[in-house]
Amino acid sequence: MNTAAGQNILTLKDIRKVFFAGTVDEVTALNGIDLEVADQDFVTVIGSNGAGKSTLLNIVAGVFPPERGGKVVIKGDDVTRLEEYKHATHVARVWQEPEVGTSRNLTIEENMSLAILRGQPRTIKKAINKKRRDLFREALSQIGLGLEDRLTAQVGTLSGGQRQALSLVMATISKPTILLLDEHIATLDPRTAQTVMDLTEMIVSRDKMSTLMVTHNMEMALKYGKRLVMMHKGRIILDIGENRKKNLKITDLIAAFETAAGEEFTDDNVLLSC
Amino acid sequence: MDVISSILFVAGYEGLIFGLVAIGVYITFRVLGFPDLGVDATFPLGGATAAVFIVNGANPFLATLFAFMAGLLAGIITGLLNTKLRISALLSGILMMVGLYSVNLRIMGGANIPLIRSITSFDIFAAFTGLTGMPLSITLAGLTALIIFVALNWFLRTEVGLALRASGDNEKMLRGLGVDTDKNILIGCSLSNGLVALAGALVAQNQGFCDVGMGIGIIVMALAAIIIGEGLFGNPKGITTILLACFVGTFAYRLFITLALRLGLPPGDLKLITSVLVVVALGIPYLRKRLRREWIPPASRM
Ligand SMILES: Nc1ncnc2c1ncn2[C@@H]1O[C@H](COP(=O)(O)OP(=O)(O)OP(=O)(O)O)[C@@H](O)[C@H]1O
Ligand SMILES: [Mg+2]
Repeated sequence: MNTAAGQNILTLKDIRKVFFAGTVDEVTALNGIDLEVADQDFVTVIGSNGAGKSTLLNIVAGVFPPERGGKVVIKGDDVTRLEEYKHATHVARVWQEPEVGTSRNLTIEENMSLAILRGQPRTIKKAINKKRRDLFREALSQIGLGLEDRLTAQVGTLSGGQRQALSLVMATISKPTILLLDEHIATLDPRTAQTVMDLTEMIVSRDKMSTLMVTHNMEMALKYGKRLVMMHKGRIILDIGENRKKNLKITDLIAAFETAAGEEFTDDNVLLSC
Repeated sequence: MDVISSILFVAGYEGLIFGLVAIGVYITFRVLGFPDLGVDATFPLGGATAAVFIVNGANPFLATLFAFMAGLLAGIITGLLNTKLRISALLSGILMMVGLYSVNLRIMGGANIPLIRSITSFDIFAAFTGLTGMPLSITLAGLTALIIFVALNWFLRTEVGLALRASGDNEKMLRGLGVDTDKNILIGCSLSNGLVALAGALVAQNQGFCDVGMGIGIIVMALAAIIIGEGLFGNPKGITTILLACFVGTFAYRLFITLALRLGLPPGDLKLITSVLVVVALGIPYLRKRLRREWIPPASRM
């Protein structure tokens, strides 16, 4: 199915998520989220600790289903109650920790060949062949870290930044419907973080990838992406489109937060740095 | 035959046959990160299945194949206990070990089935090749080991096999890439127990009887063999080397045991020897580093 730019790629309807329901530890992580993401949109998601950002991505990725009544539709498919691995047809993710996105004991090319089969049945054909190897080399050469010359290196021997860049290539090589990034540069040192963020920008615009990027960093949320969503206590309190976002400043964001959340902004709410 | 070559023959045969067990255990413990203790019972399950078919007149090669399939099935059940009922891997294996003991007794209709007067795979192979004694045992064991080696060396490089290999390391990533990780566990446990049962079937036929207790402690033996093999090959990562390490590790382990027995140590001492071997295999790399004053990461508890 082909979708033109601007058409909805992801629809979330009345998403609620309660953990430890009925106990003293009950937490309402998501409290009625409605969100529509257009094809080729790049949405940055910002919010305080515990606002529900990761929970939201987990729902989209199918790690757990929302409470009854909620609905997750991706590219026309209702995936609300599908198992996590079946979401992979549409959804690709890069996690915060580089260790999660790659397999340490396998080589770079073995990791890549796991990734190109996203959402496809796996057969008993050879996982790596000449054609695939050329494809991997081509994809890796575009990120400029020299990984294309180390296809048979164990991924466990790579640095965190290299592993995260590899995760990014692995997430995008099979052209998923939507890319989820959950603070994917937060554990990297500032320079490496910038490199991986530049790569992200390059890949997302090159492939016109619909993307949801969670970040803690307001500057980043303003600098990247076309649309900005702010979450607070399990709700979306701010949703700023392309035109308004261009001229938005951090002070505007803080003011908007205070109006929308009805409380004063403190540094604990939305951190300014990674 | 002189003493040395007879010792080498015995260890060679056992290295090949029990190498299959080591590979099976490697698949669960290392590849899947699923410590399946059930193999203590799938080993005699293989022996029992083959023995019952053989004494009832089945073709012994077919009987061996059925034993392999019985192991595959047992492994699937272990995997289902874990993936469908969420019973921990350790407990799933233990429950299978305990439960299969009774199943094995039922299959055999007693604690022991003699195969001395029956025609086994080894007898047929002997008639076919003209070999006898140790050369016969080694050739058939070696042929089986070769087939399994080639098959696994191929399978673990396929798309399905590769997903299996990432299993113990990173299931979260696999699900994110669209791999059904529960199915992975079933495939891996099944394959592992199938190999162990296959080894049990061959051992029973070679020794001329099947005993319900023949698998006791086999898990420890397999782990010792794996650790020794990994020590000898320096923690191999490639598939071919890993498979070789399992065979070589088992051979080295059985060589030590055979030597110890030849030196006149009572069989009761073998358990201690096994423990000491594992400690040495695990400890030497660290002691060597310590002597060279290299940095050593903190002790882990896993
Ligand atoms: N798997 C889980 N089990 C129980 N509680 C959870 C789970 N995941 C999230 N929570 C709870 O839900 C709330 C929202 O958490 P979430 O991780 O979505 O926040 P976040 O916005 O990603 O925060 P951060 O910026 O700290 O990553 C928190 O109170 C958290 O403790
Ligand atoms: Mg989070």
